[in-house]
Amino acid sequence: MFKKFSTATDISGSTPVKSSVQRQLRATILSQWKIEPETLESIWPKKEGLVHVKCREHISIYTVNSRPIFFQHFDSPLVPTLRILHQYPYILPKVQIDRGAIRFLLAGAHMMCPGLTSKGGWLPPAEEDLPGGTLVAIFAEGKEHAAGIGITKLSTEDMKKINKNVGVETVAYLGDDLWSVKSL
Amino acid sequence: MGKKQRAAAAAAPAPGPEEAESSTAPAAEPRLPVEVIYCGVCGWPLEYCEFGSTFTRCKEWLGAEHSELFDKYYSEDALAAKLGTISLEAQSKLEEDTAKKEAKAEARAEAELKKKMESQVVIKRVERTKRKHVTVISGLDKFGIDLKKAAKQFASKFATGASVSKVTAGATDDEIVVQGDVCYEILEMIEDGVGILKGVPADNVEIVEDKKKKGGN
Ligand SMILES: [Zn+2]
Repeated sequence: MFKKFSTATDISGSTPVKSSVQRQLRATILSQWKIEPETLESIWPKKEGLVHVKCREHISIYTVNSRPIFFQHFDSPLVPTLRILHQYPYILPKVQIDRGAIRFLLAGAHMMCPGLTSKGGWLPPAEEDLPGGTLVAIFAEGKEHAAGIGITKLSTEDMKKINKNVGVETVAYLGDDLWSVKSL
Repeated sequence: MGKKQRAAAAAAPAPGPEEAESSTAPAAEPRLPVEVIYCGVCGWPLEYCEFGSTFTRCKEWLGAEHSELFDKYYSEDALAAKLGTISLEAQSKLEEDTAKKEAKAEARAEAELKKKMESQVVIKRVERTKRKHVTVISGLDKFGIDLKKAAKQFASKFATGASVSKVTAGATDDEIVVQGDVCYEILEMIEDGVGILKGVPADNVEIVEDKKKKGGN
């Protein structure tokens, strides 16, 4: 999503978000992320205004005090930035890729099922099956911090069964063009 | 040290969904963020430096800035553990790739620097009317200067108007136009590396005078 993205040319404008819309977004986050209201409040205090940065191809980045906090593509789930996920790693369900897949992720590729089902990979057990379309943190074998964020293309149980093609679509990764943007 | 310990404690267990559930219960206080140490060279978490294009410099930086962490990532044991489930063959392929990436990035950086050092900044005095002049500065963008900010700096320094004007639509070689004749003052600012102008080599600056409004060619 943030491949060949440039803050100089791909941003069409930024506007403060109306408070009614802010309330909606806050509620959406509380339902989509596993985050306590108090913790969300410390990332995005109610008294700080949220700013909507409109970008090309229906990408919206939301900032608090010019710091990007989350983004959205069309009506996708609200995706925390990778820096936020590093600070609060438990807010998204986890999947893990094996070491061999790391360099592909860091080049922006979508994650194939075998990289998630192999010995170095990890998917939740059957009783915690994640349906397709779930926002997940992509951890990596032998690494402490997440390397990316993705959306499952099929359920994690189906990934184990089918075990080929793309399992998780990458929406953010270490070193993409949003990673380098610390303030907007 | 307190900070680091907290960060390590919070990050140590890979946060599986089950754990997150059980610990969410009565948290009236916000949870403290994990403090991640990012590499001063590539900007990634230290453990990912090996996948970047500046691995050698990253390691040097870590050794100098956080020598206490160096062993955590690069001791024999750490390197052996890191291999994980990857085959030796795949690992050596990875190392080869990293070395290649590094060489490429270095070559690119060198070429960019060379190009930069060859670019010229031109300060031109242009006659608008008999007694009025403007000063046009071009080429600053080649040195990575934000033209809008530079124009602002000129405007406040000379208490005059300064703006960025597009030479042609969509062009990347925009100019800054400052009201009045301030050629030599601007040259001086560049020589002194004032504010945002830091890093522009004065040797690459040229002052030219343009008497006529429009030349024949
Ligand atoms: Zn590094």
